[in-house]
Amino acid sequence: MFLNASNISCGYDKTKIVENCNIFLKKGRIASIVGPNGAGKSTAMKAIFGLLPLYEGNVFFNNENISKLKPQERVLKGMSFVPQTNNIFQSMTVEENLEMGGFIRENGIKETINQVYDLFPILKDKKKQVAENLSGGQRQQLAFGRALMTKPNFLMLDEPSAGVSPIVMEDLFKKIIDISRQGVSILMVEQNAKQALKISDIGFVLNQGKNKFTDSGKNLLSNNEVRESFLGG
Amino acid sequence: MDFWNAITLITNYILIPGLSYGCQLALGALGVTLIYTVLRFSNFAHGEFMSFGAMVSILLMWYFQSLGISVYPIPTIIIVLPISIIITISFCLLIDKFCFSFYRKNNSQSVILLIVSIGVMFFSNGLIRLIIGPDDRNINDGERFLLKAKTFKKMFELNEGLAIKMSQSLTIIITLILVTFVFWFLNKTKTGKSMRAYSDNKDLSLLSGINPEKVVLIVWIITGMLACVAGTLYGLDKSYKPFTYLNLVLPIFASAIVGGVGNPIGAIIGGFVIAFSEIIITFAYRRFLGYLIPENFLPETLMQVLSTDYKIAVSFLILVIVLIIKPTGIYKGKLI
Amino acid sequence: MNKHKNRIILTYGFMFILLLLVGFLQSWNVSLAILNLCIISAIMSLGINIQWGNSGIVNFGAMGFAALGGLCCVLVSMPITNSVWQLGGFKVLLAIVIFFIFIFITNRIWKFFKHSPKKRIFYSVSIFLIGFMTMRLIADPAIQSIESFESAKTGYLGGVNLPIIFSWPIAGLFAAFVAFLIGKIALGLRSDYLAIATLGISEIVLYFIKNEDWLTRGVKNVNGLPRPVPYEIDLQNTDWLIKLTENYDLSIIVVSSIIVKLAYSSLFLLTLIIIFIFFETVSKSPWGRMMRAIRDNEISANAMGKDVKKRHLQVFVIGSAIIGIAGAMMTTLDGQFTPASYQPIRYTFLIWIMVIVGGSGNNYGAVLGGFLIWFFWVESEPLGLWIIELCTSVLDDDSLLKNHLLESAAHMRLIMMGLTLLLALRFAPKGIIEEQKRI
Repeated sequence: MFLNASNISCGYDKTKIVENCNIFLKKGRIASIVGPNGAGKSTAMKAIFGLLPLYEGNVFFNNENISKLKPQERVLKGMSFVPQTNNIFQSMTVEENLEMGGFIRENGIKETINQVYDLFPILKDKKKQVAENLSGGQRQQLAFGRALMTKPNFLMLDEPSAGVSPIVMEDLFKKIIDISRQGVSILMVEQNAKQALKISDIGFVLNQGKNKFTDSGKNLLSNNEVRESFLGG
Repeated sequence: MDFWNAITLITNYILIPGLSYGCQLALGALGVTLIYTVLRFSNFAHGEFMSFGAMVSILLMWYFQSLGISVYPIPTIIIVLPISIIITISFCLLIDKFCFSFYRKNNSQSVILLIVSIGVMFFSNGLIRLIIGPDDRNINDGERFLLKAKTFKKMFELNEGLAIKMSQSLTIIITLILVTFVFWFLNKTKTGKSMRAYSDNKDLSLLSGINPEKVVLIVWIITGMLACVAGTLYGLDKSYKPFTYLNLVLPIFASAIVGGVGNPIGAIIGGFVIAFSEIIITFAYRRFLGYLIPENFLPETLMQVLSTDYKIAVSFLILVIVLIIKPTGIYKGKLI
Repeated sequence: MNKHKNRIILTYGFMFILLLLVGFLQSWNVSLAILNLCIISAIMSLGINIQWGNSGIVNFGAMGFAALGGLCCVLVSMPITNSVWQLGGFKVLLAIVIFFIFIFITNRIWKFFKHSPKKRIFYSVSIFLIGFMTMRLIADPAIQSIESFESAKTGYLGGVNLPIIFSWPIAGLFAAFVAFLIGKIALGLRSDYLAIATLGISEIVLYFIKNEDWLTRGVKNVNGLPRPVPYEIDLQNTDWLIKLTENYDLSIIVVSSIIVKLAYSSLFLLTLIIIFIFFETVSKSPWGRMMRAIRDNEISANAMGKDVKKRHLQVFVIGSAIIGIAGAMMTTLDGQFTPASYQPIRYTFLIWIMVIVGGSGNNYGAVLGGFLIWFFWVESEPLGLWIIELCTSVLDDDSLLKNHLLESAAHMRLIMMGLTLLLALRFAPKGIIEEQKRI
């Protein structure tokens, strides 16, 4: 298993929000965590990246126990994270954003920036623009691009489609598939469960901090119970 | 001819003094703005850091003078600047370690750090007075004028003279060099960019592996350098008296806020806005108009908006007006 | 609760002993002089405390309100100078009225052109400038003639010749009025900005007082303010005091000045007690509870329909009025009004140190802070000298360093105050007397 978060419990201060959750993923696949509001989706993901301490359980990455590592150290292991909000440096240009994304790398930044431009051509056109002048969809692409600058093999996206229009959302999901085709495994938390499950190899339905269903995206979409309770019919 | 007299008058009494005072304010405001953007508090002790820098420069100058080192016609104090910059930076770093860092780690509110900076202000002010005493000191031992009024008058056969003080020209040149360096550093180097990234979005910069300790270190180094140079130049231009630096804090804040807090370019512009409005509003235009309009149309009064006694009050007035009407300043800074 | 009470008794007792010690070791005159300013400081610190401790408002303008209070003393108690009034007093008044009318019009215009910023700025600025010029045109000659009239003795409008004690409540009202105007425009600002704005405004107020000689005599100072208590020289001529001092073999000069100081102390103490009781009642009232609720969570208080802005304005006005009263008391005690002596370090930041060291959010703490910090502010000079002597005792008597340090011992005061504030913030951020959790 590429990523295996087994039996994790976590939360804020002493309030447990996620309880005994299992989230795992094979190399090169797309996984998504879905569920109603307050189910602990984002909390679980933050714990996997080390932004929140684990109360119980362990996170294995490439068969290595990384539960005790700081987020920065996980970045060095090849993980990368795109927060839901404030995920770009607003006052800096597109290119500077990407440079900062690759801050910890010594060399080869130029090439990676070009790879990101290949993936998101719009960013190349706007490379000298200050990020706060970008549209919602462009910002999100920049946020992906910034996270890709460390050349990760595992990318985590927290609600990538939050606050963008349906058309842009479709475009973003296409980009996510493009990223995964380059050999990057993806774990995302999504509010738009249907669209997310459509492109996912595996889906985790969380409810009240616990695993409710775990299956391939296709199966979950066709599961009546899942459809009625979590996907709105 | 009268036209040129009028132009010379304005250059001599408004343009040149405004430029050099504006430079001093701009250097101070740049330091305040950098501290605000990176460390998120208004540093009331900045005036004292400037005073400290000037004091160290003076002590070193005395030492150099006693050794007989001088570079006439340039004031001796200019050549000791590199050493006093290093000492001022060490002072800033010590203060940060013992006073500010604790609250930063505890994520204290910015107003608590502001109050801490007042404690630092008291302490440093007392320390400076203890070391060098409260007296007024003239520290310019070089040539006083680059261009004397008399020479100018003779050269162009005008009634009005144009005098350029050595201290003024040095202030403008050194500010130009320093500001260019700071902007080059912030916009072109990786470390400078990481500083901007940190101040823009702290959480994301941590995710990108930017080391916050290093950012804090760099910001104090730059601030210490700016404070030392600004303080020394101010002392060279006017004269050095520890007490005056307390009163300089507010015009500096005014410059930073007018330009837009958190925006380095804004701090520079703000410095000049404040400096020039102080001079323009309190300048008596009677002599100036005397050259341009016939004698019998000239009004009786001095043609002054506010008396020169209100010079510094003008900067406070602008500060308050900007805070109330457009708190983000000229260059849309951050709202504190 | 008992712990809290014990601590109050302990610290107040300690303070009392300190003052007694000064009485025994230095002199009773010094001790009482310190006590009087301690009381005034405590009142100022109560004023800042209700703003910062109870409501989280950062007011760095204490100096301005104190100076306004001092000005009130002059305007209330000094004799009327009829000839000066006739020379130009009424013209100045007229000019001020005209100026205010123009300000009012500017304000209307500002509100009228809400939707076109360019017109808004253009019209309001030009109307304001016209008003300003008109005022200058009328007032300038009048001011000149006022200021040049016997400028060594008067050269200003004078006061209304009432007993100086009236200036205290009037100073309160006047400061409240000014605070209302300032609060109206500045209280929307966040903490740092409010701090800088109030500091700036207080400097502007001071510049006005320093430079408008026709009203305040400016840096020429107003000396010889009447007193609410008898003069030493009169006391020395009263029979009972002469007899008393002869019987007990005391110096009549010392005794008379002690009596005068005691008279001041009792007046001040009475004022302090009235203000203290008022504040205690206020903070126990529903209004006080609401203020603390707003301080602790402004957003939720706002959401519950509390008018935060209005409450903040009320607190700002009350606190500033108290500082104004204290300012008037201080000028009364000095017997002279010296605008150049007002400095933010002494009149704004020192008061803040008092509040923070004493314990913000509770009145007992604020009063203690006022006493303690003023005491050390005065006594830090001998204390600093003693410390330096101790530190340099290993050095030769004629060493340059030692002599330099001994000479500059006076500056230890600022170092010690800075250290006190820094140490208090670090190790006792809630102050010496902590705020009680009230339900």
